[in-house]
Amino acid sequence: MVVSPSSTAGPVVQLCRVSKTFGDVKAVNDVSFEIRRGEFFSMLGPSGCGKTTTLRLLAGFEQPDEDGGEVRLLGEVVNKKRPYERKIAMVFQSYALFPHLTVHRNVAFGLEQRKTPKAQIGDRVYHALEMVRLDPDTFARRMPGQLSGGQRQRVALARALVLEPDILLLDEPLGAIDLKLRKEMQLELKALNQQLGTTFVYVTHDQEEALTMSDRIAVMDNARVAQLGTPAEIYENPRTAFVAKFIGESNFFGGTVERRNGKTWEVARTGGGRFLVPDHPALAEGKPVRIAVRPEWMDVWREDAVPPGENAVGGAIRDVIYLGETMHVIVTVPGSDDVTVAVRNEGQLIKPLPWKRGDVAAVAWLPEDCQILEEV
Amino acid sequence: MASLRERALAWMHPRPQARAWALLAPGTGWLVVFFLVPILIMFAYSLMPRGIYGGVETGFTLEHYRRFFDPLYLDILRRTFVWSVACTVICLLLGFPVAYAVALGGKWKNLLLFLVVLPFWTSFLVRTFAMIFLLRDTGLINNWLLRLGLIENSITMLYTPFAVMSGLVYGFLPFMILPIYASLEKLDHSLLEAAEVLGARPAARFRRITLPLSMPGVVAGCLLVFIPALGSFLTADLLGGAKQMMIGNLVQNQFSAARNWPFGSAASFIVMALVLVAVMLYLRVKDRPTGEAA
Amino acid sequence: MVARAPRWVLGVSLLVYAFLHLPILVLVVFSFNDSKFSVDWAGFTMDWYHRLLERPDILRGLKASLIVGGASTVISAVLGTMIALALARHRFRGRRAFEGFLYLPIVTPEIVVGISLLILFALVKIPLGLTTIIIAHVAFCLSFVVIVVLARLEGMDRTLEEAAMILGADEVTTFWKVTVPQLWPGILSGALLAFTMSFDDFVITSFVSGSGSSTLPIVVYGMVRRNVEPSINAISTIILLVTTGLIYLADRLAREK
Repeated sequence: MVVSPSSTAGPVVQLCRVSKTFGDVKAVNDVSFEIRRGEFFSMLGPSGCGKTTTLRLLAGFEQPDEDGGEVRLLGEVVNKKRPYERKIAMVFQSYALFPHLTVHRNVAFGLEQRKTPKAQIGDRVYHALEMVRLDPDTFARRMPGQLSGGQRQRVALARALVLEPDILLLDEPLGAIDLKLRKEMQLELKALNQQLGTTFVYVTHDQEEALTMSDRIAVMDNARVAQLGTPAEIYENPRTAFVAKFIGESNFFGGTVERRNGKTWEVARTGGGRFLVPDHPALAEGKPVRIAVRPEWMDVWREDAVPPGENAVGGAIRDVIYLGETMHVIVTVPGSDDVTVAVRNEGQLIKPLPWKRGDVAAVAWLPEDCQILEEV
Repeated sequence: MASLRERALAWMHPRPQARAWALLAPGTGWLVVFFLVPILIMFAYSLMPRGIYGGVETGFTLEHYRRFFDPLYLDILRRTFVWSVACTVICLLLGFPVAYAVALGGKWKNLLLFLVVLPFWTSFLVRTFAMIFLLRDTGLINNWLLRLGLIENSITMLYTPFAVMSGLVYGFLPFMILPIYASLEKLDHSLLEAAEVLGARPAARFRRITLPLSMPGVVAGCLLVFIPALGSFLTADLLGGAKQMMIGNLVQNQFSAARNWPFGSAASFIVMALVLVAVMLYLRVKDRPTGEAA
Repeated sequence: MVARAPRWVLGVSLLVYAFLHLPILVLVVFSFNDSKFSVDWAGFTMDWYHRLLERPDILRGLKASLIVGGASTVISAVLGTMIALALARHRFRGRRAFEGFLYLPIVTPEIVVGISLLILFALVKIPLGLTTIIIAHVAFCLSFVVIVVLARLEGMDRTLEEAAMILGADEVTTFWKVTVPQLWPGILSGALLAFTMSFDDFVITSFVSGSGSSTLPIVVYGMVRRNVEPSINAISTIILLVTTGLIYLADRLAREK
């Protein structure tokens, strides 16, 4: 049963101008967004950006400030509702399994709280454990202390999913798990989201994780949402320098807009030269502008060999770094920070790059690959 | 239809202060009524004149405190203070080496520590009796000395200052060893090794590094011995007899044989005051940054 | 890796260990001595232990100690845990002052606690007996329980309670089903400590007990004063074993994860 994110009426989660202050510090500052049914929605950002506090506001462990907006779950305002009054499930970063209860009792806990008939509990626990790929016969009787980190996380997941929640909150659940298992579990979580149609609200500081799993990402910085969009939108069209820097790598160029030229604008680069940018509502003659370009959209050429129509900036090769799958060519450019160009490694032993330190070269990219940043 | 429980929880939720005080109230109430108030009443009593049967009459007087300037009572105060200090010093001299040895104990550390703590766990009364058993005229030590022909007649050890001091040290030694051990345990050995490489001899290393860094433990230990020694009663009572009175015994006396409650209250209050002064001094010293040692 | 301690340090330590343990060992050994007055070893006997059972004062004292111990332990444990919960989970004004107040019973000399309570009971005309002893014991045990339970609470994983709440358990249910099971070793440890201190107490009890309500330590004190036979050694050995055992248990529980 696949439920596409955009079907059915009404968003399941709505934050309307929500703020939360601790002492003097605003941990969440006027945040608004909606999450649709069945979506895999991630909140991504560095430590202290407010993503965990926002999640806790959804869970009910924190309440918004007095005039700090509304939190709505399934259409209902839940500002004053306690966590146990909300129909929401959660997986914690530290798993939070009850150490004095067996795996079975842990998973059954929520069902017992809802006064589910005894007869049903057994079956539902069984299926929940199967769903997270833990063999019930082996694991049901074990204590959390006897499990590995990955197994504990699965039990925590089962404990949440057994309740068949509409919304599942996940607070950096894969943080303490080693890399290989983490990648495996990312795929499993995504599969569960699609299979069950449950809305997942996921918090992480790992941008790769967010890009892999999410339908949409809210990138947060300093208690606000910096940008909200699909992984492609976030990666390919970052709106601010922060987003451009936080997701993937970017090269930045600044300049002043000179004039319009048909569908493009000419910009005088600080440090010399010109480049073209595609049309954008924020552009006007004389305005300062800042753009970001991803390393993989650039190339290194001999100065006289740059393809026509491409933007180019001349400089000197500072370093060539071997990364396995890619090669990073670092070019020193006057008037800007060093530019990193990512080139696919076609095998340095058979087809080496012609660049070495000190060579004079130009970096070039297509005008449409310029990401115009809204904040300068 | 909200149940009583739901309504109570709903009321409590936005009032964290109310929740805190609801939890604190019974225990705090007990301590206020049965600890604080009695001490305040005792202080009031110390300022009231003695009644016919040993209780108090209404009135105000400082005579009970003035009596402490009487040589007899000054003597008791002096003795209490001197003995407490002496006990602390002896415990320090005996206890520091032990703490040092345990801290360097390696794999024996846990066992050694357990053996230090063990007497600490046993009843003070029992331990004091054990001392009596050893020290009395018909006790074990005299018995063996006589048997071995080393003495002609029993040495009177009981009911002497020696007995009281032994009892005090015996009772409080573990209180000195444990904090010093805790301090020494945290000592970073690489500091000592560095000093050695720089040419410092063992005595110098001890004086310049080990000792200053173990000061917090030493201070704590001294306090943990000095304070209870000041207020001690049982040791002087059982091992000292009537002649070796400490202030604790004086207090007890006023509430039994001598029947002078207000005077006893004054004596008791003096003990309390001495203890509080010692504690406040400790708190000041503790928070002062250690200059050279840091 | 570890430096060696100089020989004289080891020597002194050995002497101190001997000093700490010999008196007790001697006490215990001679509780089995088959001789009424002499400290010469005359053979092994369990006589003195049997005699204890024949002494009504010892049996009454034991009974009183157990009643007092039980009651004061339960009350201290409940009140102390409540205070610890308040301290660990809530910020409130005057907290520092409160903590200072809580430590007062620990530093206050027993003699002061004892006579001040005697004064109170006399003033309010409460007859001295087991009740007054229990009241006094709770007063001085409470702070210890708070310290032990607080230590345990502060080391507890808070997210467990959050997990319970998000799974549908309200505050009360969460407390009983999650907090208490986690806290239980700490509470038990504090309770055992309280019981031991109550069982052992002499000074405070001597002031607040009436003539008919002597606890075991009071009885033993009387025996020591009158220099009665090796039965004292026997009862002392028993008290020793009981209190050491209880504290050992309390210590193990406090360390349990």
